[in-house]
Amino acid sequence: MSVTEMFSYIQGFLSADQDVREDIRKVVQTLEQAAREILTVLQSVHQPSGFKEIPSKCTRARELFCTVRTQITDLKTKFPVEQYYRFHEHWRFVLQRLAFLAAFVVYLESETLVTREEVAKILGIEVVREKGFHLDVEDYLAGVLIMASELSRLAVNSVTAGDYTRPLRISNFINELDSGFRLLNLKNDPLRKRYDGLKYDVKKIEEVVYDLSIRGLAKESESGGDK
Amino acid sequence: MNKREGEACQRKNADSASDRDANANPSSPVIAAFKVFQQELDTKHDKYERLVKISRDVTIDSKRSIFLLHRVTSVPDAEEVLKEAEVKLDGVRQKIGQIAEELRGEDIYQFHRAFTPGIQEYVEAVSFLHYIRHRSLISLEEINAKLVFMKEEKGGAETQPLGAQVLTFQVTPSDYLLGVADLTGELMRMCISSVGNGDIDTPFQLSQFLRQIHDGFSYIGNTGPYEVSKKLHTLRQSLGKVEDACYALRVRGSEIPKHMLADVFSSRTTLMDSEEGVV
Repeated sequence: MSVTEMFSYIQGFLSADQDVREDIRKVVQTLEQAAREILTVLQSVHQPSGFKEIPSKCTRARELFCTVRTQITDLKTKFPVEQYYRFHEHWRFVLQRLAFLAAFVVYLESETLVTREEVAKILGIEVVREKGFHLDVEDYLAGVLIMASELSRLAVNSVTAGDYTRPLRISNFINELDSGFRLLNLKNDPLRKRYDGLKYDVKKIEEVVYDLSIRGLAKESESGGDK
Repeated sequence: MNKREGEACQRKNADSASDRDANANPSSPVIAAFKVFQQELDTKHDKYERLVKISRDVTIDSKRSIFLLHRVTSVPDAEEVLKEAEVKLDGVRQKIGQIAEELRGEDIYQFHRAFTPGIQEYVEAVSFLHYIRHRSLISLEEINAKLVFMKEEKGGAETQPLGAQVLTFQVTPSDYLLGVADLTGELMRMCISSVGNGDIDTPFQLSQFLRQIHDGFSYIGNTGPYEVSKKLHTLRQSLGKVEDACYALRVRGSEIPKHMLADVFSSRTTLMDSEEGVV
């Protein structure tokens, strides 16, 4: 094979690769759009009026996840499934956002940590790599960490809205999350960087709880604990 | 749930750190889930580290065989050096077999970053050897064809193997491309050293070959990965050096210091004349 032939073969491979990436980019753009819409719906829980409407907001968000599912089905057709990690960078960001949104919805509904299986189900994807388009564990964890900072915001705003018990529940939840993350041996990667921010969220929520208890505003639950 | 909240709240004022550890009771579903994640991440990181280690060994051994191959210009018996390099590269292939072993059932691109430097170096070494032997560019298929490994499945204690299993390792086109880009640097060094040794026709062959590769890279241009465009710059410098060397040889063809080239020069004059048509 001559040098020229070899290079035109490689060139053919490279342009095919670029076409695939172009296709993926287009679908990912629509996914980002959908993710922004869900975020907008969920952001309204920070409004004082939004606190009463949490269940309806969650229902609305769940409906919007339907479009996400069809878009991800579309994305799956754009590349061979065993080459997931070759193009991972393209949807990594949006998948983390979506994991965050799914986790946030589940938290608002049931005040529990979403499992990886649940996120995968909400997004219409798999958990293990062998079965197809899946949710990488690091992306799931990144999504959970984004939720932690969202919850620290929610704690502040729920006090403003006059809900004094919610910060205590959030504090409990975040503390549990923090001890969970401390079990992990993270490498010096983006996930680790994000995890380093978790302590500030923990701190912020603890300050809110402190402010409440020092003023006796957290009375109801304290008396519950005294029993 | 409610009771735990209350307790946590009381303790918070006393000592928040111990409170968090108290929360880490093993029965909690969150902690249980994170234990699973811990295992999964550790497995992945361990595999990555092992691959990095193998890749480093591949790099070192490939570099050594490249150094060995550079001696080809200065020793009388080139074949011996080539044989030795062949043996060395067989060793390197064994190591790449280990990589293939680690990657069995995995997505090769998930760990690609761990072993890409080693593979590029291997491509460089193997294509250098191929060039010295055949004066042509090794193709991607030829490289991949050599990276097929038979893995003996160990059956029982001392029974015969249950059957051989074929493992392949595929060099990706971009790794191949980057390896070939590195090759041009080696060719430039080879050109300069062969000038030093009084070899007159090798520089001209090399400059022609390098020009072909350069044209190939220009054809690919910026459609390739980002690193390619960086290497293109170095490639251009190498090509410039080789072309300058050829220029000097041609211009001063008759003035080459006799004490260096006396014998070689007289025996190569005819060859040089025939070269003129090509260059």
